[in-house]
Order: sequence, then structure tokens, then C-alpha cells
Amino acid sequence: MKHLLNLSVNGEPVEVAVPLHHTLLEVLREDLRLTGTKHGCELGECGTCTVLVDGEPVLSCLALPIELEGTEITTVEGLTKDGRAHPLQIAFAETGAAQCGYCTPGILLAAKALLGRNPRPTRLEIQEALAGNLCRCTGYIQILQAVERAAAADPADYTKPISV
Amino acid sequence: MPPTKTDVAPEQSSPAQEAEPLSIIGKPLMKVDAMAKVAGETLFADDLAFPRMVFCKMKRSPHPHARILNVDTSKAEVLPGVLAVLVGSELPIPFGILPVSQDEHALCLDKVRFVGDPVAAVAAVDEETAEAALEHIDVEYKVLPSIMSIEEALADTDEPIHASERIDGNVHKAVTLQFGDVEEGFAEADVVREESFFFEGNTHLPMEQHAAIAVYGADGKMTVWSSTQTPHYVHRAMAKVLEMPPSRVRIIACPNGGGFGGKSDPFNHEMVVAKLSMKTRRPVKITLTREEVFYCHRGRHPVKMWVKTGIKKDGSITAMHFRSFLDGGAYGSYGVASLYYTGALQTVTYKIPRYKFEGLRVFTNKPPCGPKRGHGTVQPRFAIECHLDKLAEEIQKSPLDIRLEKVVEPFSTTANQLKIRTVGLKECLERVAERSDFRKKHRNLPRGRGIAITASSYLTGAGLPIYWNKLPHSGVQLQLDRGGGVTAFCGSTDIGQGSDSVLAYIVAEELGVEVEDVHVVTADTSLTPVDLGSYSSRVTLMTGNAAIQAARRLKPLLLDPAAEKLQVPVERLAMAHGKIFDRQYPEVSMDFAEAVVLAEAKHGTLGSTGSYTPPRSRGRYKGAGVGPSATYSYSACVLELEVDEDTGWVKIEHIWIAHDVGKPINPLLAIGQIEGSVYMGLGEALMEEQVFRKGVHKIPSMLDYKSPTFVDMPPVTSILIETLDPQGPYGAKECGQGPLLPVIPAVPIAIYDAVGVRIDETPVSPDKILKALEGRLAKPTVPEYDFPPPAEVPPMREDS
Amino acid sequence: MMRLPPFRYFAPKTAREAAKMLADHAADEAMAVAGGTDLYPNMKRRQFTPKVLIGLHRLEESRGIEEDDDGVTIRGMTTLTQVENDEILQAHYPAIAKAARLVSAPILRNMGTIGGNLCIDTRCNYYNQNYEWRKSINFCMKKDGEICWVAPSSPRCWAVSSSDTAPVLMVLDAECTLVGPRRVRRVPVKSLYHLDGIDFLKKERDEILTEIHVPKSNGMRATYLKLRRRDSIDFPILGVAAAIETAKDGTVEKARIVLTAVESAPVQAEKAEALLVGKKLTEEWIDEAAAVAYRPAKPLDNTDLTHAYRKKMARVFVARALRELSRG
Ligand SMILES: Cc1cc2nc3c(=O)[nH]c(=O)nc-3n(C[C@H](O)[C@H](O)[C@H](O)COP(=O)(O)OP(=O)(O)OC[C@H]3O[C@@H](n4cnc5c(N)ncnc54)[C@H](O)[C@@H]3O)c2cc1C
Ligand code: SF4
Ligand code: FES
Ligand code: FES
Repeated sequence: MKHLLNLSVNGEPVEVAVPLHHTLLEVLREDLRLTGTKHGCELGECGTCTVLVDGEPVLSCLALPIELEGTEITTVEGLTKDGRAHPLQIAFAETGAAQCGYCTPGILLAAKALLGRNPRPTRLEIQEALAGNLCRCTGYIQILQAVERAAAADPADYTKPISV
Repeated sequence: MPPTKTDVAPEQSSPAQEAEPLSIIGKPLMKVDAMAKVAGETLFADDLAFPRMVFCKMKRSPHPHARILNVDTSKAEVLPGVLAVLVGSELPIPFGILPVSQDEHALCLDKVRFVGDPVAAVAAVDEETAEAALEHIDVEYKVLPSIMSIEEALADTDEPIHASERIDGNVHKAVTLQFGDVEEGFAEADVVREESFFFEGNTHLPMEQHAAIAVYGADGKMTVWSSTQTPHYVHRAMAKVLEMPPSRVRIIACPNGGGFGGKSDPFNHEMVVAKLSMKTRRPVKITLTREEVFYCHRGRHPVKMWVKTGIKKDGSITAMHFRSFLDGGAYGSYGVASLYYTGALQTVTYKIPRYKFEGLRVFTNKPPCGPKRGHGTVQPRFAIECHLDKLAEEIQKSPLDIRLEKVVEPFSTTANQLKIRTVGLKECLERVAERSDFRKKHRNLPRGRGIAITASSYLTGAGLPIYWNKLPHSGVQLQLDRGGGVTAFCGSTDIGQGSDSVLAYIVAEELGVEVEDVHVVTADTSLTPVDLGSYSSRVTLMTGNAAIQAARRLKPLLLDPAAEKLQVPVERLAMAHGKIFDRQYPEVSMDFAEAVVLAEAKHGTLGSTGSYTPPRSRGRYKGAGVGPSATYSYSACVLELEVDEDTGWVKIEHIWIAHDVGKPINPLLAIGQIEGSVYMGLGEALMEEQVFRKGVHKIPSMLDYKSPTFVDMPPVTSILIETLDPQGPYGAKECGQGPLLPVIPAVPIAIYDAVGVRIDETPVSPDKILKALEGRLAKPTVPEYDFPPPAEVPPMREDS
Repeated sequence: MMRLPPFRYFAPKTAREAAKMLADHAADEAMAVAGGTDLYPNMKRRQFTPKVLIGLHRLEESRGIEEDDDGVTIRGMTTLTQVENDEILQAHYPAIAKAARLVSAPILRNMGTIGGNLCIDTRCNYYNQNYEWRKSINFCMKKDGEICWVAPSSPRCWAVSSSDTAPVLMVLDAECTLVGPRRVRRVPVKSLYHLDGIDFLKKERDEILTEIHVPKSNGMRATYLKLRRRDSIDFPILGVAAAIETAKDGTVEKARIVLTAVESAPVQAEKAEALLVGKKLTEEWIDEAAAVAYRPAKPLDNTDLTHAYRKKMARVFVARALRELSRG
């Protein structure tokens, strides 16, 4: 049985009819075709599926959409503003922080939430905030450097057109 | 302590000799796909969807070893939402990555050989329906005794895992190679040491779970998108299994969400969705679950090793005898190559004048092992570095000096007939020792704290293709558009290492255009020239050389009309930054795009191809196909750690790693590969293990299979060493696998320095350390086995 | 993709309503869900297939931490992130905040609740596996099967109690409020647990845990040490909570030691507690107490690292916890 849900995703209201037992991860990827959100385990073990709900990171593989009506959901597709990339996105691209790029959307969102509450985190604070996001490619160091670089940039600074 | 900044500045060891200054190569540029990746735009295989697409699930064996008596799909077939059910007899042709091991089936025919081996598959309107339908497929099995260890595989059996005349019981392959008289060498030695080691199996754990989508079109053509590192080999296997002409099969490798060797085999699920697409006439997709990825495996073989080495008092090696016993799992996969690799590169790091190798790979009822980062060379490197540390101690020599003095000579030939070219290992060793203050710290740190130095080498691309032929290993085709854009077509596959970027950088460098003006079309067997795939660290060197050749063939076509128009002798023209200009009077120039138009008017449609085949290897003995490479990369590592003696807990304090990369095409990417290798090596050294209990994988999840997290990663200092290898594009060698090798042995060696106990096996877990501290840790052992007599070693070919 | 089995979903506004719904839908194996971080993975692996889920996230006044004359009250739906960052807890009960911070990883703690944490399922690596995996070993006693693979001759399941906050709340003598369809009761956290891997909670299945009450600390100092392979994500494979109240001269007046992840319930080391009373926390007594305290730990081979090692570590960790407390 499908259920009509009213969600707000990346600032856009969406109405979607889905079975209630489908997680946010499934609804985003399969119904809304927002495939930027990735998945690595679907059991809460890897952090790959991280999205923001009212600015706080959650694991979309363990979130029920029906409980998210009335919240604002942000996925990696919502990081760019008016076609311009978020400073974190630019820093990740410039620092080599996205190798295969599969863990990247989740880490970007977790990092965004961190910088939202702590604009100048220490390296240890970044490590701790991202400690639930596994990456098999980078060894994490370039990711840490990228977050630091973005933190040094003006957070409101959406400079680079995403198409660069 | 959090990781500190890495050294990005490359170290120069020999003078650069390029005539033209490089404007792109060597710069820390963004990857060409970086913005797409950070925007979440990159489409991985599971992100694709097609109209009318249906979903596939596979029914898998619950038994490690059983005969299939009957598969009844009738109930599943009539379920609402089920479009087709597939069983093994519909795809009876065997396949496998190596021509010598065509032992896999898309779905098992007569037997299942590990828990997870597939027996049937369903296509249904959605994944849930497909999954539910599996419950309605009844499979009748006769359970057979299962074989879960090397020792069990060597015991007599009436029911070998593979019944074949070529296979003796469960021994997949046994080899003996001998180069020189090792006994004579041992007699000459002052110290002879022999001992055993064990390297536990582990797996790649790419973050992306494998996915594949097949579309069998109304035109009778088959297209498959897949998370594969080797579209070329999937193409071969797919055509064979589907019994279709290869000309009607097209394989497209999607960007891989990590591979590390785990997506290098043609896989049963790829064949299954293709056949289901033929049956349903609809696009069919499968995405594996994490547990299924653990079943795909092809990861690091568990290897038992025995090594005997003779050395003189001065530390020089007189002879080495090495034995390896590989637990191969249920199928061949790359296993024969893996086996040879456990013996092939011993001689490429240190001078070993006499060398004997005996190796054995057995079948067991576990997911098949295969190539993982450092393929087959990681386990022996672990053993040999630990062994050498003990030898150094025995003759009271510094572990740094004993290594420095033994480094192979550049442009020499090893005992097993491998051709060495540039060697930056001495610099690597010296640099890491200097940066870490190794000489001062070694044996002088307070108890509980320890330091180690290790070294290694790795291939830059296998010298021989999997199917022996005279064809190029990599091809690049260039096409110019009238707007000044350049499209580079190449079969290479980007698995995150940045091969698309390397291709674009090189084309841009050669043609003097901006990287942004290069479009790369890669990994599509219908559109792109063959590249053998992203394995054996071959892509930068081989694709790079092919790209250079293609671009250099195109250049005269462009320069010719430009010279005419600018009235400058063609030799004086240069290409850079989107311009063609006179070197003497740079203001005399034209835009690249203009030159393209002139050239097209003059020559007709513009394009060119380039290709690359590695130099012919010198060895002619059986087994000489594994080991040769255009050139070898070198790495050295110093690792400092602290051991808590009450708990056996290890904290890695710092890692210094130097890598002879020849020349970094992009230092940022090179550093990324090194740091990623260090990470993966640490995981293997400390905690990762693919182990089995009661016939099943003990821990097939991302929670229980331990992959280090952000807070488990120590600071790393990476140092790039340049040797400008004559074989590599701009002098480049590999950097994606080699740097993993020295990291793993450095952990137990540093533990010895810290607390005086030797752990000769992986992972080096706290319980083992504590046991060792209590004097209760058993030494690894190897089985008894009568290896075949050494194969004949004919004289080498002349240098080519 | 691992997916949830289908269910009907209700989101009541009060705990009483929720409890009633659980009772009413007992035939549909109704279950409550808070953050879902323990329940959903289990449902995806088909350890549970409730046909009805009662979501607690709409419960009014179900979140937050408040101080009153008797101590502090933590509402059941408070997330672990809130617990770890709460100023009252950090000031007066830092061990609770610490234990919360040691649960899994930060993103999961944004979702997981403390009520859920006290009620999480016991764990075993023969059990925390997909349906197909469990089927291939013919299941086990805890779900769908007959015997226990860890201890085949045992009449009971030995799955491991794995909550990080439970042992800390126990050493602080915390209590919790359980709201049932007909009654409300307040019980010590300690008495929530039962030494059985299957029947591990003494809470009725239709009771909602609404509040946790931690009595005034009265100079009681507590700590929590956790053993796990990685410094994030992992469940405890050993946890030691300890609390000490001392007289001015340092003589122990009250001691509490609780071990977790070494049995199917948190284990109180009563003998060691008794031994410490009247003593000073000197090295000798710490070692003595540790030698007694680790004995009731019965780790088996069903989680990470060997059980012999974990047992040994119980002793080391008890000593370390006491040593930390001895430093004031
Ligand atoms: C990868 C991973 C790692 C984890 N690591 C840890 C760890 O290190 N330490 C640890 O302690 N836990 C860990 N957990 C388990 C879990 O995430 C946390 O314990 C969390 O606090 C559970 O809370 P929840 O609200 O999500 O519970 P839920 O999943 O919602 O519920 C768990 C159980 O409690 C019941 N329940 C929940 N709330 C109530 C209530 N108020 N009244 C009555 N019954 C209730 C549910 O019916 C269910 O049976 C981990 C989980 C995962 C997936
Ligand atoms: S302890 Fe025994 S019965 Fe309990 S979950 Fe593990 S194997 Fe099953
Ligand atoms: S996919 Fe959600 S945590 Fe792994
Ligand atoms: S970049 Fe590949 S997993 Fe992180």
C-alpha cells in the first residue's frame, strides 16, 4: 500500500506516493531520482547515505520518510546554490578529496553540518565529526585538508559555478 | 594526534630533460570529474535507470559444498510481478578471467562451491518482488563435505571441488622455479635463517556495491553497464557465455565507486542480467547487497609462507628459497597469476643472486580469492621484510643499512630474468629515514614505543596481457572538433584513481590546449579502443604512452597549415595554452581552434590513434609471463607506534612514506594514491580479515569487517621521489598499489622494537600481541608438500 | 539494497496511547520504534518482522533533560547527541555524557535515543546476520532455530548485552519510568535486565520507557571505559562502568562496578563492590578489586576479538576505571 507523503527536499516541496516501509534512502534514490545520495550497507554502518534533516546529518537508510514530514531535507544536490558550488564542494574538488567520489556526498553533508555549528574546527574535531563516514580510497587525509580549506573560506561564499 | 600536512612538493633526484617546459604535467590540478563527483552528478552503475527496467535478484547456495539435485522454479515463475526466472542450464558455457581457469558459470550447473554461489535468478518488477520470489525457488541439494583450509584441501578426497584432469585433487596449481643453485648459496652464507609466516585473507570493501544493467535491444545488440574495472575482459566473457558474436556485445564500465581489484573479474551477475534482458526483452538491473559483495570477493589470498635466506656478515644475500601456499577459495579467478606473483617480485627490491620459488594454490569452499591492491606481492613482502629485520638483528646490522646496501642496481636484470630500469629505492629509504630520524630512534625509544623501516617494489603494468597476443595493451583515439575541442577515446576505466584525468592532462599537454577543452570518452567497448583495464597499475604508463603517441601523430597535421598561415618554419612552432605560436616571437600565434579548421580544410576530418605495448620480456621459462613490467616503482616506509603492554593495543603515531613515482603526472593525485594505500595497508595490518566459520563468512558486514575510520588514521608524511623513467610517460611510474606494500610489515617490526615480541602473521591484533607478550603465541607453520621439480629455465632473450 | 519488511505505522501522541497500541496490536507483533537505529537494521535482516510499528517520535514531552531536587530526569526520546552535549550532565554526570558519546558514530547518535539505547537487542555474530546467512547455518535459538552455536549444550542464548549507557546508569543507581497500557511503574535500571540473550528485558513488551531518573550525585564519581576495535562505529566488546563515593579521608563508602558486553545483561560486580567499601583506593586494593570484579564476566566467542582476551581485559579495565576514580 502506498502512502502520499509531503516532503521538502532541497527547498522544493515534493509530493510522493510510496510504501511506508521504504526508507528515505529508497525514496530519494528510487522515487525522486536524487541519485546523488549513495549507499554502502543500508544498515547504519558506513555513513555513505548521510543527508541533512533540518541541518543535522542523519542516515537516510535508517530514516522513515513519514517521520520527516514538516522537516527540510538536504541532499548533495541541494548543496549548490543558484548553480554555484558550496565552498566545501570546491575545496573537495581542489584537494583531491573525492577519489572515486562514492563516499563524498555523505561526507560533504556531514562536513557542512559541522561547519554550521563550528566554523573553525580543529583537525581532531573534523575527524570526530566524520568518524561514522567510511572512505576506502583516500585514507581521509585529503578530506581533512579539504574541510580545513573550506573552513578557511567564507562559508557564505558560493563562488564557483558548478559547471567549472 | 591528528594527521599533519603532507608534503606535496616532489623531490627531484635527476635533472629534468624536457625541451619544452611542461604546463600541465606535474601540476596539482583538479581532476576532470571532480566537480561532477562533489555535485553528486557522477552516475555510478546503480544510479542508472531505464524505461521499463526490471530488477534481478539471485538465489544463492546456503551450503559451502553441495551437489545440486534439482532446481524447481515453477512456483516462482507464476508469482505476480515476476517476469522471468533463470537457471544454470540456460547459460552452460563456463568463463573466467584467465584462459587457463574457465571454471565459473553464470549460475551453478551441477555443484555449488561456497555459501553464496548462485543457482538461480529472478527478474521482477521491483527488487522486493524479486527477492520474495527467491523464497519460492526450491533447490534440492546433496550436501558434500566442505574443505575450509589449505590442510583440508591437501588431504585425499573422493569429491574434489573441481573435477578435472588438469587438477590434482584440490591442488589448483603447483609450481617450482629455480634460478641458480640455492644450496650452493646457503653454503656460502654466514647466517642462514628459515621461518614461516601467515598472511590472513582480506577483501577490498569498495564503498560502492557492484551493480550491472543489461539492455538487449530490438536490434539484437546487447549493452551492459557495470561497475567493472575491466570492460574488455567482461566483453570477452560475456560474448562467450551468451554465445553471441562479440561484435554485437557492448560493455560500458561506469565510474567505479572504488575497485582495488575487486571489480576486475567478469562476474556471474553481469551474465545473469544480460540473459534475463534477453528473456524479458526489458532492461534488467542488479545491485548487490553488501553481503553479496563479500561473496564476490576476489580479495587477498590467505597465504602460508616459508622462507629461507642465506646472508653474509656484510648483509648481502647469497640465496633465497621461498615457498607459498595459497588458499584460493572456490574458483580460479586470477589465482594462477596470484600464485606466480607471490614468487615473482622478491628479486626486484633487493639483490638476490640465487633464488628458488615453490608455490601452491588450492581450492577451498570459500568465495574465490583474486587480485587486491598489490596483487600477490603483499603477502611475500610482509614475510620478507619481517624476515630481513630478524636477519639484520642476527648479524647486528642496522635495518636501514642492510636494505640500502642491497637495493637492486638500476638497469640490471634479476636472477629470475626481470629487467629493472630506474630504481629510486635508495632515495626513498634515505628520505624516510631522515625525515623520521630513524637512525636515532631505532632501538633507542622508551619501552612501549617502536619504529620500523621497510621497503618494497611493484609493477608498473603487467608486461604481458592476460590473453597472450601481439596486440597493444592500450589504445587512444583522438578526434578534434572545429571549436577546438579534443575528444580522447580510450578503453581505460576510472575507478577513482583518476585515469580519465591523466588521459586529459596528457592530451592537453601534448596539444597545448586547456584541460577543460579535452573530453574523455572511456571504458566503452564499442566506442573506445581497447585498454586492458584498471589492474596491475598499468593505466598511467600504458594509456599515457598511447595518448602521447596519438597526440604526437596529430601534431604535424595541425602545425603544417598553421606554419603556412603564420609564415613561420614549422620547427619554430610550439603549442600551449590553447595557442600555436612562434617560439621566437610568441605574439605570432593563432588559436588552436583556428589551426583545427585550417587543418581540417587541408587534410579532411582530423583524428589519430596511438597505442602502447610494453617491451618484450626476457624470460622464456614457464611462468615468465608473471613479473615482467615496463618498469618498477619503489617505496620505503618508516612507521612509529606505541604498544600498551597491558592490553596489546597499538597506536600508530606516524608514518613516513616515500615513493618512487618516476614523475608525478599530478602530485595531488599521486599523494592521494599513497595515502589511500597507507590506509588500506594499515587496515590489513591491524584489523581486516575475511574469515569463515561453519562454512559461512564470519563477518560479512561493514560493522564487523573492520575498516579503519577517520579517527583511526594516523598522520602520514608522503614524499614523492622522481626518477624519470625512460619507459613512462614524462618519466612516470605507478603509485596506486606499491605504497601499500611496505606499510604492513612495518607494523609487527615496530612492535618488536617497542616490546620485543615478534608477530609473524596478520592481522596484528591486540589479542595476539598480548599472547606474544605472555610467550603463548604459536608460530605459524606451513604444510608438507612435494613440489614438482623445477621447470627448465632457457636462456634469456636479448634486450628489445 | 537491504529493505524493511512492510508494516503499518502509527504515531501516537502520548506514551499511554502508545502502550495501548502495542497491547492492541500484540497479534501483529507490534513494536515501538524510537530512533530506529537498532530496530531497523534488525528488521532489514528479518530478526523482527512486526506488522505494526508504533513510532514514538510524535510523543509529547518525550525529549529533554531536566534537573530537579531529586537529581536529573532524562526523557526517553532524548537523542544520544543531546545527552552527550547536555550541560547539566556534563557538569554533574560526565560519565553519562561520555558513555553516550562512545556510542557508535556522531550521525547515528543524532538519531538514536537513550530510551532505545537501554532497550537495544542483545548481539551475537551468529545472529546479527542476514536472513539467508542465518538460514545457511540452520538458524539459532534466538531466532527461528533450536540450538545456540556459541554454546551448543547450553539451554540458553548467550547473546551479548551491548548498551553503552546502561552500565553507567546502573552504577549511578538510576531508575526509569515505564508506562504500560494500564499502569505506570518506576524501576531501577538494573532490574530492567535479565540474564538471557533472548528474554533480556524485564520490561513488558507493551511498556514504554518514558523517563530515566538519576539520583543526586552526592559526591559520587563515575566513569565508563569501552573496548572496541575502532575508535568509532563499533559496539562495545567490553564496557566497564564504575562509581565511587568516598569519605573525606578517601575511604570508600559506596562502590559500584558494572561490566557490559560480557554477558547477556550488564553484570554487577557485587563482590568487588563490597570488598572496596571501607578501603582506600590504593594500587593494592584496586588490583584486588579488579581481580575479583572480572570473574563474573563470561564473554564467549560471538563478537569481535577472542573471548579469552576480552575476559582478561575486563580485569585491566576495571583496574583502570578505579585508578581513574582514585585520582579524583
Ligand atoms: C552501526 C551501529 C553501531 C552501533 N553502536 C552502538 C554502540 O556502540 N553502543 C550502543 O549502545 N549502541 C549502539 N548501536 C545501537 C543503537 O543505535 C543505539 O543503542 C541507539 O541508542 C538505539 O536507540 P534508538 O532510539 O535508535 O532505538 P530503536 O532502534 O528505535 O529501538 C531499539 C529497541 O528499543 C525499543 N525502544 C526504543 N525506545 C523505546 C522506549 N522509549 N520504550 C520502550 N521501548 C523502546 C524498540 O522497540 C526496539 O526494540 C549501534 C547501532 C548501529 C547500527
Ligand atoms: S548466543 Fe547462541 S542462541 Fe544466542 S544469538 Fe548467539 S548463537 Fe544464537
Ligand atoms: S548506507 Fe546508510 S549507513 Fe551505510
Ligand atoms: S573517495 Fe572512494 S570511498 Fe571515499
